[in-house]
Formats: sequence, C-alpha cells, structure tokens
Amino acid sequence: MHCRTSVVAGTIDKIKSPCLKWNRFHWRFWSISRPSKFRAAKIDLVHWGGHMFHKTRLMAQTAIALAIGATAGHAQEAEVIHFWTSGGESAAISVLADAFEERGGEWTDNAIAGGSAARSAAINRIIGGDPSTAALFNTSQQYHEIIAEGLLNDIDDVATRNDWDNILPAPIVDAIKVDGRYYAAPVNIHMPLWIWYSSGALEQAGIESPPETMEEFFAALDALQAADITPLALGGQRWQENLLFSAMMTNVGGRDLWTGIYADKDEEAINSPEFREVIETFVRLKPYVDSASPGRNWNDATAMLIGDTAGFQVMGDWAKGEFTQADQQIGVDYNCLPGLREDAPYVLGGDVFVFPRTEDPAQIEAQNLLAETITAPDVQVAFNNLKGSIPIRFDVDVSAMDACAALGMEIMGDPSRLVPDASQMMNEYVYGSVQDVVTELWNTDMSVDEAVERFGNALQN
Amino acid sequence: MQTAQLTRHMRRNTAAYLALLPMAAIVVFAYLGTMAWSVRLSFTSSRMLPRNDFVGFDQYAQLFGTSRWLTSLENFVFIAIFFLAICFVLGTLLAIFIDQNVRAEGLFRTAFLYPYAMSFVVTGLMWQWILNPDLGIERTMRNLGFSDFVLDWVVNSDTVLYAVVLATVWHGAGLVMALLLAGLRGIDTDLWKATRIDGIPLWRAYAFIILPILRPMIITSLVLLSISIVKMYDLIIAMTNGGPGTASEVPAKFIMDNLFERANIGLATAASTTMLVTVLLIIAPVLYSQYLGKKGTTA
Repeated sequence: MHCRTSVVAGTIDKIKSPCLKWNRFHWRFWSISRPSKFRAAKIDLVHWGGHMFHKTRLMAQTAIALAIGATAGHAQEAEVIHFWTSGGESAAISVLADAFEERGGEWTDNAIAGGSAARSAAINRIIGGDPSTAALFNTSQQYHEIIAEGLLNDIDDVATRNDWDNILPAPIVDAIKVDGRYYAAPVNIHMPLWIWYSSGALEQAGIESPPETMEEFFAALDALQAADITPLALGGQRWQENLLFSAMMTNVGGRDLWTGIYADKDEEAINSPEFREVIETFVRLKPYVDSASPGRNWNDATAMLIGDTAGFQVMGDWAKGEFTQADQQIGVDYNCLPGLREDAPYVLGGDVFVFPRTEDPAQIEAQNLLAETITAPDVQVAFNNLKGSIPIRFDVDVSAMDACAALGMEIMGDPSRLVPDASQMMNEYVYGSVQDVVTELWNTDMSVDEAVERFGNALQN
Repeated sequence: MQTAQLTRHMRRNTAAYLALLPMAAIVVFAYLGTMAWSVRLSFTSSRMLPRNDFVGFDQYAQLFGTSRWLTSLENFVFIAIFFLAICFVLGTLLAIFIDQNVRAEGLFRTAFLYPYAMSFVVTGLMWQWILNPDLGIERTMRNLGFSDFVLDWVVNSDTVLYAVVLATVWHGAGLVMALLLAGLRGIDTDLWKATRIDGIPLWRAYAFIILPILRPMIITSLVLLSISIVKMYDLIIAMTNGGPGTASEVPAKFIMDNLFERANIGLATAASTTMLVTVLLIIAPVLYSQYLGKKGTTA
C-alpha cells in the first residue's frame, strides 16, 4: 500500500499498514495545528476520489478499514516504548506482551536501545502530541516533571482495585504516587548494591567463609591480593563507581546516613564523621582495583568473577544474567551478599511503565489493561525470573525463584531495611552532579575535606 | 544601454532568487531558527521540558560554576592546540614527502588517507583496544617477556588526553596530506625551476614560497580540522567515555549528557550557546581574512 494519501489514511486510522505511523503523524499534525483545515481536507476526499486512480485506491482502503474496523473494537492496541533489548531482557518483555495479548490486548513493540535514548524518544513523542500508549522509565524522579505538567494519565482505578497501597513496598509507592494518585505501574524491583563473589577465587585465596563485616571484607581483599587475584572487579564508568560508593554509604554509613544525605540533603549529615568515614572507606578500596578498570563495561567485570580472576564485584542483580549465561550455579561457582552488616539497608530500584495523557477512551482502557496485566502475580513471577529482578508485590509464590532472589524477597519483608534508590530522592540533574563528585573522588587525589565540601555543593545545587 | 543591461540582470536574478527561496526558508527556519530557539532556552529554567520563564544568566552562572564544564573546556583547548599543530605539521610533511615522486606513491597515499575514511567511533574503539592494558600493546609486550612494560595512556588521568590526540591525529593527518598534495601538484614547474636557478635551499622554497601559495588549501584543512574538534563526541564516547573520572570530558559530551541523561535542557543549551559564541569568535576572523580582506586588496 502506498503512503502518499496521508489525509485519506488519516480518516481510516485503523488500517494496519507499514505506513500507519507516518500517516497517523500527519493526521495528528493536521488536527492539532489546524482543525478547520483538516475538515476542509476531509471534504477534499471527494475531489481525491474523483480521480480514477485514487478512487480505486480509496475503495480498497475503505474495504480494509471496514474489515479491520469490525474487529478493532475488541482489541486494545497498545504501543509500548521500552529499552529492553538484550537477550534476557527481550525474553522478559515478551512475557509481558504475551500476557497482555492473552487478556485481549494488542501489543505493538517499540524497543529503543539505551535507557536515556528511549526516555527522550518517549518524552519527545509526548511533547509532540503523538504519545505512545505506555513508556518504560526507571523507578525514580525521571517522570515527575511530566506529571507536574499534566502529561500523564493516572491509573488510580487499577491501583485502588488491586490495593497497591498495601501490596507494594513503601519506597516504590512513594516513587509512583504523586499528590495521592498513582501515575506509574511498577514491573520489577532491582537491588543495585549486591556484592557478588567468585567462590573459586575466594577458595584460591584461602578464604573460608564469605565476609560479614567491613573488616572481614578488607581482610578478604588483602588475601585475594596476596594470592595474585584482582580483589575487586570494577568497571571504571561513572555509574559503576557510583554503585560502589553507594554500597559504602549503606554498609558503612547505614540507613540514617543514606536518607539523611540523599533524601533530606541534611548539612549536618554531610559534615558528620560517619560520612567522612564513608568517603575514607571508598578511597581505601582504590588499590584493590586493577589498572585496566577505567572504561570497562559491567559485564566484562562480571566475566572476571566468572573466570575466577577477580574476587568481588558490587553490581545490581542483573549480573545474575551473566552468571547464568556462563552456566554458573549460585552457591557453587558464585554467590551473593546483600550487605556487610546485619541491618544493611536494602535499596529498592527498578522499572515502571508510565502512561502518557490521552483522551481516547480506547487508549485509556488499553492503558488500564496494561497496568493490570504487568502487575498481576503470575506475570510478575514469570517476568522477573527472566529479568533477574524480584516481583513488586509480596503476595507471590517464591518457590520458583533462585536463592539470591529469594533472599532479596525475605529481606524485603522487613520494612525497616528498605530504602529508596538515590535516584528516587532527587532530581536527575542533582543526582548527576553527585555522580560527578564521586567519579572525581575515585579518579583524583581529592582530600576528604574537599570531597565533603563538593558533596554539599552538589546536593544543595 | 546600461539601464537595459541592469533590468535584464535584475530579471535574470529574480528567477534565481525565486529558485533559492526554498533553500533560504530552510536555512532560516531549520538552521537559524533552531539556533535561536536553543539560545532562547538557555535563558529559561527548563529542565526536562522546555519552559518559558526567563531567569536571565542563571544557567550560565551555574554552568561556569560546574567543575566538569570547566574541565571539558580545558580539555577542548588542549586537544584543539595539539591536534591542529601536530596534524598540520605531520600532514604537510607527508604531502611534501609524497610529492618527491617516491616509488609506490599510490600505496602511501591510500595508507595515509585511509584512516580518514573511518568514523570516529571506529577510530575511538580501535585505539581504545590498542592502548587498553588488558588487551593491547601493553599485554602483548608483557606476554613477549617485557614484564615491566607500561603503556597505560588511556586509563591514566594524566595522559588520557595524549591518547585522544594520538587517535585524532591518526584520523585527521591524511586529510591535510591529501589537500596539500593536491595543492602541491598544482604548483607550476617553472616556479621550481626558478628556485633552483636562484639557488634557494629546498626547505626555504617550501617555507617561504610554496606554502604561502597554498594558503587557501591550508585554511580549508584547518577549518575542516577545527570543525571535527568542536563536534568531537563519538570519539570520546568510544575511546574513554570521558574517563577516567572526568579527565577526558569534552564540551559536546557535556551538552549531550545534560540534554538527554540528566534532563537539564537549560544548562545544556547554555553550554551549547557558549560553544556557538566561541566558534563564531574564532571563525569570524578567518572568514574576514578569506572573503572581506581579499575584497579590500583587489579594490
């Protein structure tokens, strides 16, 4: 089918053709900027149809439109923008797509590689007046500004019906509930600060039991170094250095310092001896990292654990995917530590779907069905097993989960250990400045005093 | 007679102007318009979405209080100076060398120009691998038995910029060579004969006679090289991603990061406006000497 008759195709929106998106864009463009012109163009159809050539084409299109239109009333079409493109990720998202179609929806996949690229595409579509049905964001403040501008639909109906207030962990509720309304549907929970270790490497270094405190951790690092194994596998990229710093914040500083600094931006906490200790411990880790670390990707760092050439890595639970692909067994070849103290805070991050504003009742219905589907207990378990994360709700069957996920679920049952991810507590640009300070602290000889001052400036921004 | 000529000229030009109208419209709306829009945004407090509340020079104050931006400006100047100087000298020497009627000239020409055919992404990745201590030269040398061999430019904050300059010179020197070689080939052989008769040493002939004649070629190559420095983003992403730490940040990367990752449109447009003004300040004298200056001498 040819695309040139954009106005014609616009009136029969339901046609499934490769040109549909392009046509629809034109139609929207006309209808938004010049409603009167659009009406004129519609009348123009008669004129268009007058041409023999166009007439046959129009008739063909109308026939298809009628045929599809008859069924289109039932299927709820949802275009979903997301950034899950790797092997395990796309397997996981097809679970969501299948479940949605089983419930009578029609999933149109729009995968864009790279989180920030996908998010800016979604935002550009929203601003341009041609939003997708749903878009994937991280559980953070990334979407709070578009909520404030009134550009998202709420899904309060679904949330109330399913009692989200009580079945979701508090930090997740705080991230998605704005002014008393739910604006996003969570799909998974990641704990970004797991400490992974290679059992083989620890064995070679003569370490009998995994460390449980910070002192034992440093003792283990020393033993690994003595055994000529890279003690700590780190990818020297901003976000990874930041994960390591956050791990020191939670394990050395604890829960109060974490929320005091990142949520309250409390000056007293920033200048406290506890925070100085966090900085000192972080800097103390430098000699345990190999010289080739800068620029290394996180999965290459994980591969060092898989090959037993490194001992530890601080990384989110998505690292499990790498171990699994290399046929490694939890508890045999590698293992996970949720923290280095009894009460180590459990950081909740993850992903959510947001639903751009639309007045179209069919689209709103599709959005609600989507929110309902992706949070359903059975879908949650199937999805998260493939994604490497844990379900967003407590009332699911944990028997199918691996040891680390089950451990995560268990810790999640204790609300006193739950804290939100740093990105949920501040604007993206503030968090960006904080990350800049961390990466400079790691890569230069910054003094503790200067670091404290720069953290203060970055947080107060 | 003269008025008739003028009207004919006018009529002919009207058609030409009409034909140029679409292009003019594209220039005004798509190029100048978007530029003006960016400049306008840099005076607002826009974060994720464009806003209309004007805050004066707040974003600029914030920008120049950000150490990462200052670092990226310093790096920009460093890379620009070293890259331009080395690239130009090396490219000129290569052109002169090839111009001596060497054997297998075609092979040399292709070999030197070949890097320029590669994208910055490929160049960056390749040099990142070559210089990476885990994979590249350092590893190879150590495997050969030189266990103390160190070549860690790309992972060392103090030397990473040299590694970047190395990669860009490798990429760009061939272009200078090709342009200057074309110029050299256009030099009249009589000129060479004259210098020989006058007994002028070869280096002096090049420095004081030939290169001044090649001025347009030289300016063209310098302008092309400068443009590639200003828009340098992909090479940095592929090679160092701005690291270690912020040691190899460049302005273009700062702008992209703030625009897309950090949802900070105001700051990003302030940074890009700063770059625009800088480039205009540098390019203006070049344009002046190229076009207006010449007009002055011919008049």
